[in-house]
Formats: sequence, C-alpha cells, structure tokens
Amino acid sequence: MMDGSALPTTRSTCPYCGVGCGVLLSPDGAGGLTVRGDPEHPANGGKLCSKGSNLDETVGDALNQGYRLRTPRVHGAAASWDTALDLVADRFRETIDRHGPDACAFYVSGQLLTEDYYVANKLIKGFIGTANIDTNSRLCMASTVAGHKRAFGTDTVPGTYEDLDEADLVVLVGSNLAWCHPILHQRVLAAQQRRGTKIIVIDPRRTASCDGADMHLKLAPGSDVALFNRLLARIASDDAVDSAYQRHTAGLSAAIEAARADDARVTGLSEAEIEAFCDLWIGTPRVVTVFSQGVNQSTSGADKVNAILNCHLATGRIGTPGAGPFSVTGQPNAMGGREVGGLANMLACHLDIENADHRAAVQAHWNAPRMPEAQGLKAVDMFRAVGEGRIKALWIIHTNPAVSMPEAAAVRAAIAGCDFVVVSDITGRTDTARFAHVLLPAAAWAEKDGTVTNSDRTISRQRTVMPPFAGAKADWEILAEVGRRMGWVDAFSYAGPGEIFREHAVLSGIAGRLGKDFDISGLAGLSDEAYDRLAPTRWPVTAARQGGRFFADGGFFQADGKAELLPVTWRPPAERRAPRYPLRLNTGRIRDQWHTMTRTALSARLSAHLAEPFLDLHPEDAQRYAISASDLVEVKSPTGQAILRARITEDVSPGQVFAPMHWTGDTAPSGRIDDLVAGHVDPVSGQPESKAAVVSVARYAAAWYGFAVSRARPVPDSEYWALARTTAGFRLELAGSDAHGDWEARARVMFDLPDAAVTSVTDRARGMVRLAFHARGRLEAALFIAAEPVAVMRDYLASRVGQDPKGILLGRATEDLPDPGPVLCSCFGVGVKAIMRAVDADALSTVDAVGRALKAGTNCGSCRPEIAALLAAAKTPQTAN
Amino acid sequence: MTRLVIIGAGMAAGRLLEHLMAEAAPYDITLFNAEPRGTYNRLMLSPVLAGETTYEKIVTHDEAWYATHGITTRLGERVTHIDRKARIVHGENGPVPYDRLVIATGSMPFMIPLPGHDLPGVIPYRDLEDTEQMMALSPGREAVVIGGGLLGLEAAAGMAARGVRVTVVHLMDHLMERQLDAEAAALLKSSLEARGIRILLGAHSEAIEGQDRVEALRLKDGRCIPCDLLCMAVGIRPATQLASEAGLDVARGIVVDDHLRTSDPSIFALGECTEHRGALFGLVAPLYDQARALADTLLGRPSAFVQRSLATKLKVTGCDLFSAGDFAEADGREDLLFHDRAGGTYKRLILEGDRLVGAVIYGDTADGAWYFDLIQSGADVSGLRATLLFGPAHEPVPMPRCSLAA
Repeated sequence: MMDGSALPTTRSTCPYCGVGCGVLLSPDGAGGLTVRGDPEHPANGGKLCSKGSNLDETVGDALNQGYRLRTPRVHGAAASWDTALDLVADRFRETIDRHGPDACAFYVSGQLLTEDYYVANKLIKGFIGTANIDTNSRLCMASTVAGHKRAFGTDTVPGTYEDLDEADLVVLVGSNLAWCHPILHQRVLAAQQRRGTKIIVIDPRRTASCDGADMHLKLAPGSDVALFNRLLARIASDDAVDSAYQRHTAGLSAAIEAARADDARVTGLSEAEIEAFCDLWIGTPRVVTVFSQGVNQSTSGADKVNAILNCHLATGRIGTPGAGPFSVTGQPNAMGGREVGGLANMLACHLDIENADHRAAVQAHWNAPRMPEAQGLKAVDMFRAVGEGRIKALWIIHTNPAVSMPEAAAVRAAIAGCDFVVVSDITGRTDTARFAHVLLPAAAWAEKDGTVTNSDRTISRQRTVMPPFAGAKADWEILAEVGRRMGWVDAFSYAGPGEIFREHAVLSGIAGRLGKDFDISGLAGLSDEAYDRLAPTRWPVTAARQGGRFFADGGFFQADGKAELLPVTWRPPAERRAPRYPLRLNTGRIRDQWHTMTRTALSARLSAHLAEPFLDLHPEDAQRYAISASDLVEVKSPTGQAILRARITEDVSPGQVFAPMHWTGDTAPSGRIDDLVAGHVDPVSGQPESKAAVVSVARYAAAWYGFAVSRARPVPDSEYWALARTTAGFRLELAGSDAHGDWEARARVMFDLPDAAVTSVTDRARGMVRLAFHARGRLEAALFIAAEPVAVMRDYLASRVGQDPKGILLGRATEDLPDPGPVLCSCFGVGVKAIMRAVDADALSTVDAVGRALKAGTNCGSCRPEIAALLAAAKTPQTAN
Repeated sequence: MTRLVIIGAGMAAGRLLEHLMAEAAPYDITLFNAEPRGTYNRLMLSPVLAGETTYEKIVTHDEAWYATHGITTRLGERVTHIDRKARIVHGENGPVPYDRLVIATGSMPFMIPLPGHDLPGVIPYRDLEDTEQMMALSPGREAVVIGGGLLGLEAAAGMAARGVRVTVVHLMDHLMERQLDAEAAALLKSSLEARGIRILLGAHSEAIEGQDRVEALRLKDGRCIPCDLLCMAVGIRPATQLASEAGLDVARGIVVDDHLRTSDPSIFALGECTEHRGALFGLVAPLYDQARALADTLLGRPSAFVQRSLATKLKVTGCDLFSAGDFAEADGREDLLFHDRAGGTYKRLILEGDRLVGAVIYGDTADGAWYFDLIQSGADVSGLRATLLFGPAHEPVPMPRCSLAA
C-alpha cells in the first residue's frame, strides 16, 4: 500500500471479480508494482476491495519465485515452445483425423481476456469443428445466461451500476455482496446513507451483507422460485402489474397462474416475513434485484432467474434508473466470455449455434472450413465424456477443474485418464496442472494486454505494465500458434490483440444486423493506438447508440420483440437429505480469497483473515454431533469427503452447514469442497448445483493437532493440513490420526531443516511437543503439537519467523512483544487485538474513530461490519459493570 | 541466668545465635569452635577459591560481633568431652558448666581409604584451610578431584579458573547424580569440559601414588593421572564423636526429635551432625530451619522442625544449574521438558498429580526459586501446566485454537 504517485502510472483493470474495478499500476522497475484504485473508472471511482488493494503482494517475486512456470513442459520435462506447440497441434490434428472433431475439447475460463477467448472459440468451433468448448463460467453464470435468453431472447444485463446508486430498494438474492463484490456493496451502503435505500438480503445463511440490511430472509436452500412466485402472485393481486408495459411482454397470465399454484411455505419463512418482503418490493418502484451464485448454482437456477425477471417484467421495473434485475458475475471476464461465445451452447457475439443463418454468418466472417451444428458438451458432461474416453484431447486454460468442478475427485480421475491433456497456466502448481502432458506457461495479469467486460457491460482494458515472466506467452498468441501449426495460417495470423478486437467488433456488427444486442461495431475501426487508449466503454457501441440501459421501452430480442414471462414452479434441490446424509451443505466464498487462491494465496495480508478451510455449523447440530469449536470435522457426501475446521455459529440454520470453496491440493488437500458436491445440473443451463449437497459430519478423531510457522515452504505429510502465506514465510495447521512418532525427525523432513539447531518443549503425558528450529540466531521454523486443538497465538508466532527464537515455544506474546491478533483489515494489515487495544486505550466508540486511529476499514470498507461487531462486543461488558 | 553452651560455630550455629539475639533470649552463652574463627559462609568458599571474592567478605560473625552481643567465645579450642552428669563441657583450655548444651559439630569429610590417602597433598574440601591449599597451586599445575558431586565440581571449577589443569574422577556414569538427571548432567559436563576440565565418568580409583607427597592417582583400568594435589570430595559424615562418647543416642548422626532435642533433655543438636527421622543433612536450607526450630525450643515456645524439599544450586559461574525436590521416575509422575542443546539450556519439571514435586534446571535458573516455592507449598499447578516451563510471568489467557480469525 505504498503511495505510487511518483512512479509512471498505467490504467488497467483488476483481475478478480466481475465488478471490473479500474486500477492505476505503477511498476517499480524491479518486478514490483504499486496498485491504487482508478478514480476515473466508472465501476469503482478509485475504491478497491481488500483483494484488489493487495494485488501488489501477488506480483513480482511473490508470484514468480518458485511458483511460475518458466518454460513449456512436455511429459514433465522442460521443452522448447516449438516442441510443445508442434506436439499440441499434432495431437489435436491426429485426434480429429482418428476420432473426429468431437473427441476434442477446450475447457477455458472467465479469466481469459476477450481477445484470448475470441481466438479459442474461433479455433475450436470454426476450425477444429466442434462446439466442445466450455468455461468455468458454466459454474458461475450459466443459469443467468439461460434465464436472460429465455426472457429477453438474448443474454443481456439490462441495467448499469448507477442503478445501485439510484435505487430505493436493493434486494440481494443469493449474493454475499459485502464479501464477493465489496465495491458494489459499498455503493449500495453509500446509497443507503445518501438516500435511505433499503436493503433486503435473501440467503439461507447470515452473511456480512446482512450487517446494515433492513431485512434478512433466511429462506430454505433452493426455495427462491417459491418466494418470487409469491411475489408475482402478490403483484397480480395488488394490481401492481404495469399494464402499459405488458405490450412488450408475453406470457404474463401463465406465469401468474403458475406462481399462484406454487406454495411459499417451502421457503420455511413466516407468512409475516414473506408479506413484509412483498410489501416493500411492491411498494418501491425503484427496486434492483441483485442476484448471484445463490441463484445460479442450482438445478433450478434458470427458473430462479426467470422467477426474478418475471417480477420485474410484470411491474415494468426494468431498464429505468434505479430499477431492474441485476446479475453480478464472479469472474473478471465472465461477460466477455459470453460475448465471444465461449460456451458450448453459444456461437459468437450472442449468436445462436442452432440457427443456420447465424452459423453461416460466423463461418463466412471467419472463412472457416467447418462449423458445428449442435451445442457442445457443457462442463459437467464434458468431464464425464473425458472420463468415458469419448474426449481424447483436452486443453484446459486458466482454470482448475480438478478442484472446482463438482465431483472433483471423479474429475481428477477423468483428467488423469485422458489421452492428451494440455494445460495453459501461470503456474504448474495447480491440482489440474499436475495431470498435464503439455504444460504451457502463460503471461499473467499485468503482463497481458486486452479487454474485459464487467457485470454492467463496461469494456475495460487490461494493459501490459511488465514484460511476460521468463518464457511466458499471451494466451491469444499460444492459441493462434497452434491454429497456424494445424494449417490455418491466414485465420490465425494476428499482429496483436487490437487486430483481434477489431475482428470481434466487425462480427458483432453482423450480429447486430441479425437482431442481437451485443453490437460494438462502432469500435471496429479503432486503430492500434486508439485501442491502446480505449477508455472504459459500455456496450452497445454502434452508430445509433452507446451504452445505456436496455428494455425500458421494450425492444427485446425474441422473434416477436417481446419479453417472455415464463411459468415456473419450485423444485427441491436434486439431492435429498436422508439419515445417512442429514445435513445440507452450502458452499461459497470468503472475503479475502478468490476462486482456488492461485493468486490471492500469494498475499500474506489476504491469507491472514481466514487461514484454513472450515465448516460453519449451528450450535444445535454441533451438540447433536458432539463437535466443539475448533475441532476438526470429517464431512462425507455420496461423492467424497473432506476434513474441515469447525466454526459453530447461528449464521447457519440447524440442518445446514456452510463451507468455503477456495482450498486446493496446494493449500489444503482435505479441504477440497467440490469433492463433496454431486454433479447434478440445471436441465436448461447445465450449471451444477454447488450449494445443495447433502453430507454427514463427525468429529475427526485426531490423535494430534499441530500448528507451525516457517520461513520456507514446508512439505506436510499429515491427513489434515492447511498452508497459508505470512509476511515472513508460511503458517500451517496440521492434524493426524496416526501415532506421534519422533516429532523432531518428522519436523526436520517437513521443514527440510536436517541440521538446524532445535529447542524443544515436551509434555509427553499430555501429547504436547513444541520444537523451534533456528540457524544463526534466527527462527527458521516452529512446530506446536498437542492432543487438543493447539492453543497458541498464531499471528504473533508467524511474526517471529526470521527473528530471535527466544521465548517462541511459550507460544504467545509477552508484554514487550504484544500480539497483533488475527488480521481484520486486510488492506492495512490491522489485527483484532491491535484494534481492541486502541479501543480501550483511546476510548474509541465508532467504526470511523477506529479508522482515524488505525486506518482500519478506511480503504475497501469490507471489514467495517466486523469492526462494528468488535465495538459492540467491547461495549457490552462495560455497560454490565 | 541460664547457661547455654554451644559447640561449633558453623552456619547453623551462627543462625541460631542470630535468632536468640534478635529475641533477647535470657541466656549466658559460651561458644566453642575448633577452627580459630567465628562463623563464615562456607557456601561461599567456592567463589573464594575461584577468585571471585575473598575470605574477609564471607565472614558473617567475627569477634567484634560476639563481643557486642555479650557472647563468650572459645575460638580455636577443641572440646575434649562432655560430662553430662555434672553438666560440664571440657575444653582444651578448661571446663564450662551448662544448663543447656547445643552440639553443632557439623560433619567430617569422608576420605576413601585408598592406599596413599594420607599422603601430603591429599585433601578434602571442607574449610578455609583446604581452600587455601587449592588456591596455592600455581597455574599449569595439575590437580585431581575425586567426586563429581556439588562440592567436587566447585573445587574443580575453582582451581580451573586459576589456571590449574584439573581432572575430575567420578565413579557414577553421570555427574551430580543425586541432583541431576542424565540430560542435565550431560550439559553440565560439556560446559565444564569447555573450561578445560577433564572429566572421567565410571572411573574407579585404585590407589594414590607418591613418595613424600601425592604424585598421581591410579585407576582400576590402569590409567594413571599425575597430580600435584588430590582433592577428595565424595561426601560427608556427621561429626558424632563427642556425642557418642557422652552416651547420647547416635545412629548415623546424633538422633534428635522435632524440637532438636537429643536423648538427653538438656542437650540439643543442630546441623550436619544431626539425624532427624532417619535423615542426614548436607545442604544449608534445612539447617536454617533447624536453627529456627531450636531457637523456639530454647525460647520456650512451641517448636517443630519439619523436613522440606531441598533445592541445590551449583556455585560455578557460567554453569547455572538448579535442582529441587524429587525427580526420580515413578508411577504417577509426569515430566515437562524444555531442551535447547545448542543454547545449553535444560529444564525438567516433575509433576505428581496436580503438584510440582521436582525440578532440574540447567542453563537459566532464574525461575528456580519460583519452582522451589511451588514444590514446597504443594500448590495445585494444573492450571499453569501449559506455561509452567516458562516461569511465573504468564497468567493464563484465552488463545486461538485454529486459524480462523476473531
């Protein structure tokens, strides 16, 4: 968080979520980077969340040393780019010749830039000749795409972020906006301050987004359709239907009829809660319904989306300032991927794969030898086909399906058994990269050049501020190289991303003429210089219009120009709870990590907030299953198992548990949550039901628990471990059910410290061993073993690595070296205890006062609810006295 | 006034006199001492030997002090016998009648009766004269110490500090086996060796060789260690001769009850010459307890001497070791260990149930007194178990048990 204002600065876009915040990057010339929010970017106006603020910790040495791929690798051995690319081209060519194009598949990612994505889609659909390209957006956005298409005729986000500033009511459905899209949440909270915007959260779980909300509806998992059907029925019975607007819609009566037939009691909410929600929604014309993974990741995800869209269409509350349904995406370029058609059921520029005219138009534009006539395999089906040997050549780009797909263990087996697997990534350390026959080093964020589209259709540039590391190449370049080596030289001879962008823009103009929404033909004539300078631009961009909202006056993209209200009916989640699996597992994200942590785990500040995988369970369930706080819990489902740390909280309801989804084989192998999730998908969108697995829980019978800190990366060998970065090295939680053995010998192997001096503390009767390894008077590593969850001051210990080892084995701070406590504010690295000391010493009583004293909470603001909770807890005993 | 005669001016007798003077006890006191001086702090002989202090600085009671307090002294005069019937103590220079008598004759160093043990240059380590003999050795001369206990090692270290080349010959396989466990003893051995002291463990002495004076110690394995001085520090025996000859009950020491009374109600015994409930005494702490109890008895107050756990500190600069209580392994006992081989620090605390019963510390003995208090008070330490090894300044505080914040 240095002030980089003196350094040369380049505008770019944050690589994390779909908010798409503008950043100002100032390279220090030594591989480091100062990152600040771009005050001129319309998404964030200069603000950044904890993840964006700490991007500086994820570049340069932190990213490159020991982590980045330096050269292509073929069968594990370093190889030249020529060798690797020729092999990829030969094997795909051979697979097409022997088994047909449908034996090939690409599995790509919302982290690809639009230009990369465009080339990938063009290569596989137009030249290899199969629609088997799918993306991790399938796990994220597919239900929204399906819902949008069913209602609007195309995948259009009608509104803009300004609607969040101008709404009188914001409803968050299945969205922990405070943690997953913090900058948007800050905009909503600012509107609350400024204009009294009301906030309703609809989520089975109490989240940070509930702090400051006016209402939290803790509905039963997967019951959203029933709730919004009730709302639609009330809209009808209250005469709240906007009759004038209905000339732009079709299907209202059938939708209302289906809604009335549904039963809102399945939500588990009281009639009073439901009525209060309906009253507020119906009574507030400026209402934005924000929805995210809680809606999408469901076997009824598309229906949930349509149930929400129905309400906005029925009331005409769409496309006007402060009103509309609003999907917020999880990935930086999920929207760009949708635009180029990087999904198995799309073509390009929102054109339809089943439409012969559309196919012909795209084929002509690409001058492509072939074009698939049917949809390809969506993610879950794709990996099943891999497992069944139907797909024989698979290219995975910038995503980690070996942990992020449902039934991840089966996915790992499928990839391991595939004839030919290519992985493009920045690192070879992902769970997926381990299975690659060919591993290709890709350029990383800040090295790459291209565009991304955020959740409100704003196209922003990601710009190069540092050269690609070692032998890394841009993804479009790698894909184009393979295209040329497969014989399609003209189609893949791009001079740079600007040329690809122009080709894409021209195609979008063709799509526009075919009646589609995504038309950026106004940018088709951009020179390379103008492309370099391109300021954030909301699509569409045509001669006729630029940006703005959609559908205030109809203009839908169905054949008849009308929107479709769909009759939808609640369905329960696919997996049923049963005595063997009595609990419903919800999954999600935490504040300071992103996806499978391949970048955020490099940041010590981000890793400090919640440094191990956990399971939230209600006190009643904890009692029922004899689980105490900080115990480890063995979680089993029909598809897999995990070991997680127990957090006992009333945030979840009885019978429901929650686990975050970030941990991997590299950070916590037993915490891979998608091993537990069955591969049931939405019948329309193909999106897996990631938030409604069924599980059993039992206390993990640990014979010992451990905590360790170390300077170098340790190589743990236990049944449970979770590794996190610290400023000085690493911290590690451990546990095992095996016999103790010789801890000193075991630790020397784990830390690779065969000769370091050791100090030890042993209480054999209690199973307690503590070891500190030091060299030249500096602490190299320390291991704390106990029969119970280890009680030591972890953050303090982490701060002692590389320091004088004296007193370390006490495991706690002393008066002259106070404990900062767990980091609460990740932007400024301020710990809980530091805040509490300041609160006590200076009698601070407000979150703002804490901010003035310690800066905590003054950047992204996402820790402000937690600071408020600390202040509330601090006040309670004082009043009692 | 009641006549009180005290035989011996060791540290226990010195402490007894302090108590009696402080309480203005109504006694007419006569003090005999075979050594031609009053009380000095015998524990400090090793620092004197090591050159860290001087004899003058360790004297606690001199002629002037006795004069001030009206105590008659017969210093440098041996007592020849006690006439219990007549209640008279006979000194070399004449008799002194008593109403009450305190025998505080201390102990005699034990000399192993090896061939040659009576050669000049073969000495115990007991008093100032022994110390002065050791101090007289010039640098580069050679000395052998038989006995790797507390006293022997202090003698060895003191001489080594003066540049004498010292070999310690010890029968057992680790040093100070009565106070240290093997681990602590190994650390101590390394530290002593680092100062140039040679240490032979499991070494059986066979004979002391020399014509007119000690020249070498021969071991049973045939090794021969040349030396200019041989110090035997293998233990002490209570000095009971006067008491035996007076017909008092004597076992290994002079038998006393909880009031320090011997089998003769007018005669008391104090210090290393006593045997109380079957136990002998060699460390100063219980002797001070005896002095307190005996003062109470003589003052006509209820009194009782209770044996308590013992603590030992080795007075060798740079070899900080501390041992207290009972550290033998036994059923129901649990150990807490701290070990820093490179730093030369070792701690072993022995728990029995919820109580601390023993402590062995090498290297950083700052918390020794605190452990000793816990051992003596028998306090419940179960709540301190997690931090006990790290000393007293650590009140229990709630600590996180996993890596999930707040």
